[in-house]
Amino acid sequence: MALFQDFQPFGLGFLNTIRMTLLAVALALALGVVFGVMSTAQNGVLRGISRVYVELIQNTPLLIQIFFLYNGLPYLGIVLSVFPIGVLGVGIYHGAYIAEVVKTGILSTPSGQFEAGRSQGFTHVQIMRYIVIPQAVRVILPPLTNQIVNLIKNTSIVAMIAGGDLMYQANSWASSTLNYGPAYAVTGVLYFILCFPLARLAQRMENRIKSSRGGRPADRKAGEAA
Amino acid sequence: MTELFSRDNLLFLLAGLRLTLVISLVSILLSLLFGTVLAVLKNYRVPVLGRISAVYIDIFRNTPLLLWILAIRFLVPIPALASGILSMTLFTTAMMAEIVRGGLNSVDPGTVEAAQSQGFTAFQTLIYIVLPQTFRNIVPALLSQVITLIKDSSFLWAVAIEEFSGKAFILMGKYTTPVQIFSLFGLVALTYFVIDFVISLFVRKRENKRPA
Repeated sequence: MALFQDFQPFGLGFLNTIRMTLLAVALALALGVVFGVMSTAQNGVLRGISRVYVELIQNTPLLIQIFFLYNGLPYLGIVLSVFPIGVLGVGIYHGAYIAEVVKTGILSTPSGQFEAGRSQGFTHVQIMRYIVIPQAVRVILPPLTNQIVNLIKNTSIVAMIAGGDLMYQANSWASSTLNYGPAYAVTGVLYFILCFPLARLAQRMENRIKSSRGGRPADRKAGEAA
Repeated sequence: MTELFSRDNLLFLLAGLRLTLVISLVSILLSLLFGTVLAVLKNYRVPVLGRISAVYIDIFRNTPLLLWILAIRFLVPIPALASGILSMTLFTTAMMAEIVRGGLNSVDPGTVEAAQSQGFTAFQTLIYIVLPQTFRNIVPALLSQVITLIKDSSFLWAVAIEEFSGKAFILMGKYTTPVQIFSLFGLVALTYFVIDFVISLFVRKRENKRPA
């Protein structure tokens, strides 16, 4: 009962989580597209930079990265408040996963199609625009949507630096009122409301690709991890 | 500087690393076991139990791990370490179930028919024909999940379980110069990186070996 009178912190946290998610998704998409395209470049240096970003970020914990922004950067005189830290930390982390998704998508177009396009007099940009991207998007969308679900779940980590998000609000409300059960139940439902429709959408798109190709789910891996 | 990487401090960190690896190993084995059971129940639409598995998988895949870590720590009266392993296992079981399901679907139906024509029961077919092929096919996805689990076990610091990252954060609290703090961040990140990167190389190798 107390919970319904005190819903305000949950509502506030929920809105903060949504705002953080939207900004982090925008950042992760930007980074993912840039580094994903770079990883398929002819230029070895560009490919190298992209590889370093992806490996460094994917192979160290998100928590260490967030704590670095929170506890490390101030030693360099850079003090950010928790909200931008959440956006940056989660955005950079999932950007590395999205870069892999984008790379898989681009590489899924058989090289013969590039040659066919060229022989028909298409420029490189036209080949990308009319041949590669339309096909890549179909391959990319399901694992990309799964990544966004993971991103939403991982915004909860900013609770560990008092980030003002849903998880943080719920936890501080729970520990001050000792109503742990109801607080976590409501929190779980709220996260579920955000994640479940996206997860279902990803599943539906995946099934459509599978049935239209009759092929194997080749691109599962990229969306599965983290 | 010498004081930071003293024998005591290194042993302190090492104890945390050991705990991280123990938690990860136990959780991965348990969740592979439970995940396989859930995957079989869901995939073959076993009455009632199949529905329950599907609901379990949906719930855990669409809520944050940190929520389960906190909820189980505060609501289930068991020791901290056990609660940490329990929450990691419950959560990862749902991930494993979906990975195993992908593997189940990749098994050639012809081998199942062949087994049945030889008089194998459904259970025997599952144990001797389907699961061995399934596990072979899911090695890359499974190892990716191991990487995720090792990284995400750092979230247990939220309930003061002193795994590797937690130990490092405790040490950081005792030092004040930028060089000391960045050295600690560097050491911890590097250790996670080495472990996870080596596993990721295996993932890549296995994926490239698979016929396209």
